[in-house]
Amino acid sequence: MFVQFTTWDIVRNLLDAGKWTLALSLIAFVLGGIVGLAILFARISKNRALQAFTKGYIEVFQGTPLLMQLFIVFFGLSLLGIDVSPWLAAAAGLTLFTSAYLAEIWRGCVEAVPKGQWEASSSLALSYAQQMRHVILPQALRIAVAPTVGFSVQVVKGTAVTSIIGFAELTKTGSMLANATFQPFMVFGLVAAGYFALCYPLSLYAKSLERKFHVAR
Amino acid sequence: MAYQFDFAPVFDNADLLLSGAGFTLALTAVGAVFGIGLGILGAICRAWKLAPFDRIFGVYVEVIRNTPFLVQLFFIFFGLPSLGVKMTEWQAAVLAMVINLGAYSTEIIRAGIQATPRGQIEAAESLALTRSQIFRHVVLRPALAKVWPALTSQVIIVMLGSAVCSQIATEELTFAANFIQSRNFRAFETYFVTTAIYFAMALLIRQLLIQVGQGYVVGRAR
Repeated sequence: MFVQFTTWDIVRNLLDAGKWTLALSLIAFVLGGIVGLAILFARISKNRALQAFTKGYIEVFQGTPLLMQLFIVFFGLSLLGIDVSPWLAAAAGLTLFTSAYLAEIWRGCVEAVPKGQWEASSSLALSYAQQMRHVILPQALRIAVAPTVGFSVQVVKGTAVTSIIGFAELTKTGSMLANATFQPFMVFGLVAAGYFALCYPLSLYAKSLERKFHVAR
Repeated sequence: MAYQFDFAPVFDNADLLLSGAGFTLALTAVGAVFGIGLGILGAICRAWKLAPFDRIFGVYVEVIRNTPFLVQLFFIFFGLPSLGVKMTEWQAAVLAMVINLGAYSTEIIRAGIQATPRGQIEAAESLALTRSQIFRHVVLRPALAKVWPALTSQVIIVMLGSAVCSQIATEELTFAANFIQSRNFRAFETYFVTTAIYFAMALLIRQLLIQVGQGYVVGRAR
């Protein structure tokens, strides 16, 4: 049974698959942000063991390929007796990946808050939690906005790798369409255009945020 | 949990993993040299606004930085042959790595060049240095020295990203891992060991580039 694909069929299928790329990106970014925040607090805590553990966590995720992380989650979870769908493995793997990078980006932002702010707030007899909440984090947050938006581009691009463990997002659908239509040049061109349409606005926004905060400082 | 870990079938294939790792390192080395070369060229065009190349490099940088490496690889390997450009798996992999790293290093090196104070160039001119001498000693070397850590990280990111080249059957480390696990069905153990090898290679490349940087780039720039 042969199906003839018109250009519109290809575009329609890719747009449909784009929704999964978008959904996966959002999930990875939100969950990764939550896990990343926990990692961040452990990383900057005064507990040596927590510091060492989270340092190792970040180094491992930044020093190994995303594809390997996905493979290990995919095959590792199934060893634990959990039935893993590509969807679950993709979301879990990308969440871990995102959390490590965001924790490291945000640590830089916390450390960029001048030392004097810590000293001033502790001389006002604020507790550690109060210092964090009222003095350090509000300032770190301002610094963190631009690089965080910038990193979201990496998350969107990272979702492409999940096609390899069989998650049918934009790249996977592109591969299948290229095989079915024998028009790889156009199909992968359109796939690239799809990612560009998602990522370029984010890049521009990150750049404008960066400029805004630099001027403000 | 009844699963018994067994790493023996993985280590039985150590030679395959080693040759795969060697292939990954070779890809990375070629990709790094030509990618950074392309980046220097792009940075010059962008920093000095050499029309029309500044525009061309501007578009190139944005397109590459806002699309996934895997899609770039597929476009080159599956897409270009329909235009009559045919290449082998490893040529496509190297080309994709060079193009990818070229875009990132254009931006990184440009930042370094633009950080060179105007006065340094004027001082060099007043010492009657030629344009090419000024460029080599006053602009490029200090710029590279400034951004060397960022370039190092980018080379490592490209090395790790090359794992997806296994998808076009480039016989690098991940390809070897896929091959081994399809024989012994020890998927977790195989990918665990492979991940450890990638991690070791990332550490190795970082140390190596720090040494190279101190020996040849940062050292002489001072």
